[in-house]
Amino acid sequence: MSAFALKHDPYNLIIAGVGGQGNVMTSRTIGNMLSELGLFVTIGDTFGASQRGGSVMSHLRISVTACYSPQIPKGGAHMVVSMEPSETIRVLRDYGNPAVQVITNTRPLYPIAVIAGRASYPNSAKMEKWIGEISAKTWYLNATAEAMKIGPPALGNVIMAGALAGTGELPLQRDVFASIIATRYPPEQARQNLAAYDFGARYVAAAAI
Amino acid sequence: MSQLHRAQKGSRHLLMGNEAIVRGALEAGVNVAAGYPGTPSSEIIETLAELATELNLYVEWSVNEKVALEVAAAASFAGLNALAVMKQPGLNVAADFLMQLSATGTRGPMVLIAADDPGALSSVNEGESRPYAKLMEIPLLEPGDFQEAMDMTRWAFELSGAIGNVVLLRTVTRLSHASGNVVFHELPERESVAQFQYAAGGGPLLSLPVKARHEQQQEKLRQAVALFEDSPFNTYSGPDNPEALIITSSICTLYSREAVEILGLTERVGILKLGTTWPLPNKLVERHLARADKILIVEEVRPFLEDEIKALAAESAARIGIKSFYGKRQGLMSSVGEMNPDKVVQALSHVLGLPLPNTESPYEKRVTEIAIEGAPNREGTFCAGCPHRASFWSINTALSMDNRGGFVCGDIGCYSLAATPAGFTTIKTLHSMGSGTGIASGFGKLGQFGMDQPAIAVCGDSTFFHSVLPPLINAIHNQSNLILVVLDNDGTAMTGFQPHPGSPVNAMGGGVVKVDIPAICRALGAEVVLGDPFDVEGTRRTFLKMLERTGVQVLVLRQPCALSPEKKGKKAYDMAVDEQACLGASCGCNRLCTRVFSCPGLVWDEKANHSRIDEVMCTGCGVCASICPVGAIGMKEFA
Repeated sequence: MSAFALKHDPYNLIIAGVGGQGNVMTSRTIGNMLSELGLFVTIGDTFGASQRGGSVMSHLRISVTACYSPQIPKGGAHMVVSMEPSETIRVLRDYGNPAVQVITNTRPLYPIAVIAGRASYPNSAKMEKWIGEISAKTWYLNATAEAMKIGPPALGNVIMAGALAGTGELPLQRDVFASIIATRYPPEQARQNLAAYDFGARYVAAAAI
Repeated sequence: MSQLHRAQKGSRHLLMGNEAIVRGALEAGVNVAAGYPGTPSSEIIETLAELATELNLYVEWSVNEKVALEVAAAASFAGLNALAVMKQPGLNVAADFLMQLSATGTRGPMVLIAADDPGALSSVNEGESRPYAKLMEIPLLEPGDFQEAMDMTRWAFELSGAIGNVVLLRTVTRLSHASGNVVFHELPERESVAQFQYAAGGGPLLSLPVKARHEQQQEKLRQAVALFEDSPFNTYSGPDNPEALIITSSICTLYSREAVEILGLTERVGILKLGTTWPLPNKLVERHLARADKILIVEEVRPFLEDEIKALAAESAARIGIKSFYGKRQGLMSSVGEMNPDKVVQALSHVLGLPLPNTESPYEKRVTEIAIEGAPNREGTFCAGCPHRASFWSINTALSMDNRGGFVCGDIGCYSLAATPAGFTTIKTLHSMGSGTGIASGFGKLGQFGMDQPAIAVCGDSTFFHSVLPPLINAIHNQSNLILVVLDNDGTAMTGFQPHPGSPVNAMGGGVVKVDIPAICRALGAEVVLGDPFDVEGTRRTFLKMLERTGVQVLVLRQPCALSPEKKGKKAYDMAVDEQACLGASCGCNRLCTRVFSCPGLVWDEKANHSRIDEVMCTGCGVCASICPVGAIGMKEFA
């Protein structure tokens, strides 16, 4: 049994993005960090070929007491971490509520319908205004651009995980992250991961001041 | 590499459902495992294969699911612990053998895992495995959470050993591909020796004499039911006499518990969660049916459990009275798609006459409004740099130039997406594995009825071995006219690069001789041409020439998948759009590159009125350079 009290039980976290952005890895890392503390964690992922280039999201249910289902009830998200702005809005449409908090990457990945000219993608200012309007608290950051300063663009996910830790919403601990990363990557990649995590955490901490 | 075999008894882990199944099989002492890749089942064999050498297991990716079941059965016949794994459509492939196997029975414990995909999250259907248990007359187990995925897999071996027949364990995407906490039990330490005792002590494995064997098979089911009556995997939670009783199984267990909690009904509603779902343990179910008059059955897709329970309730009516049933038959819940907590909340509210939650809050209204513009539909597409996009571009343009209404019969793989604009809607039929070639073989014989449209079949390299050989031989033997395009991307790409008979390694990583696709086709008597899909011009010319000829022809288009380990993260070319050369909207091509070719590595910059490369998405395959009619897309080789 965990010694941590959660702000909500179950705490419902959604990690969203586009297939190929690394959602599954991020949700597993965050899930493992919380499970290590003795919390019950359920991760509902969607992945497979049909998700490649399509919308993907992982539902994390975090509880002190029980194993919850891999699907968050509609309108039931407490926190949304999204790697892509239009995916943020898509997730909020189904799982948002007036109290939801959001961390969103601002870097768009255009759907094929937009590339082909069958649909349009609103500009960043409009997207950010909307996301702000439908969430109680919002952090915007260009995680992709920041990741590319550290290493490959996929590190954007790690920046987002760090940002989530920075909000203090969940008991995410840097040393637990470091130990998980150390078992998974060679030293240079592990160093990049930690740098990305720290950037995200600092960014959110600075935004709070 | 998986660490599943290292962790000790009592340790707690966050595992994917498929990993929990693997640990359960290891705890049961599995010796041999075989399967064919298919979402959401693939990680089971993959993980076992990683551990094979260290734990002295034999694990293989078989050529198809029927052979996988046969390979696993051999291990059982020799007295070992055997496991076969497949997704539901694979069970259809294996069904012919399964019917014979269930009649002869097994020797060593043998478990068959079938992974269903309610809601078709990663499939072209949402077919069901549960009815197979009934059809084949074998026991059916359905884990309800992650711990049970492990515990029930372990117990499935025990059950099979006890009754001497194969046991079907059904999982679903939301269990196999979701993750949850699991506490481990002990791993066994034992030496296994294989010996097929076909004389004394065993006898040959035959389904003859049929009547006697069939009686024996049904006796095994009665033994299973006796064990089911006391199984710890069938549990009841709730008050002694609830206002309504939910009967559920599989992942719907968690949805049901959550719905009861959301509605605050833990003191009013009971949940009977069944882990052993066919044949039902009559006495146990009757005992619980007696608790309430209103029975809500929560399950995914078809009303399988509902039908079984209703039959049982009819038999017990004299003892337990007449019940009111709620489920799919009367239309309260849909027989299509997957379940979730909200659907159970709605159904349960209806059963108890509770008011439904408010129709639409101002928040919901606003967020729906915003999403119309702010969340443009994101349909699936081929990855940037995917060879399939290039292949279908060439096939599609050649078919248009040929102008006889030619079409492509599709097959199962990433390339199925060519039925959508991602592959220029080139695919016009899409059924099961190998069916594209079988259907094309049939179309190719319709000339005597005046049909003059060329019939094309496509298949992937893994699919070729799985089930394309018989229809290809059929086409040759029956002198059909067809072109089979083998989209060879160097592995079972869609499910995560599992090796297949055309690969230089097998599941356990051992080096093997590649089975050569062009050589097989030539030996069969087909005309064979090789090509590179990234050579768009050359492929189209070749294909046009093939369209002029008759008979059975095979075009093998070879280019590794963009996500293959050898390619991933490495760009072949540095791509750039010459902003002066690109004529933008005023070009006669009307933005061919983004409007039609639509690779995610290209974006249309509306303000600047030209295309540009998205440097994060682009893999530098160079194909778009040959699409642009004015040569505005340049490619530079990396030094």
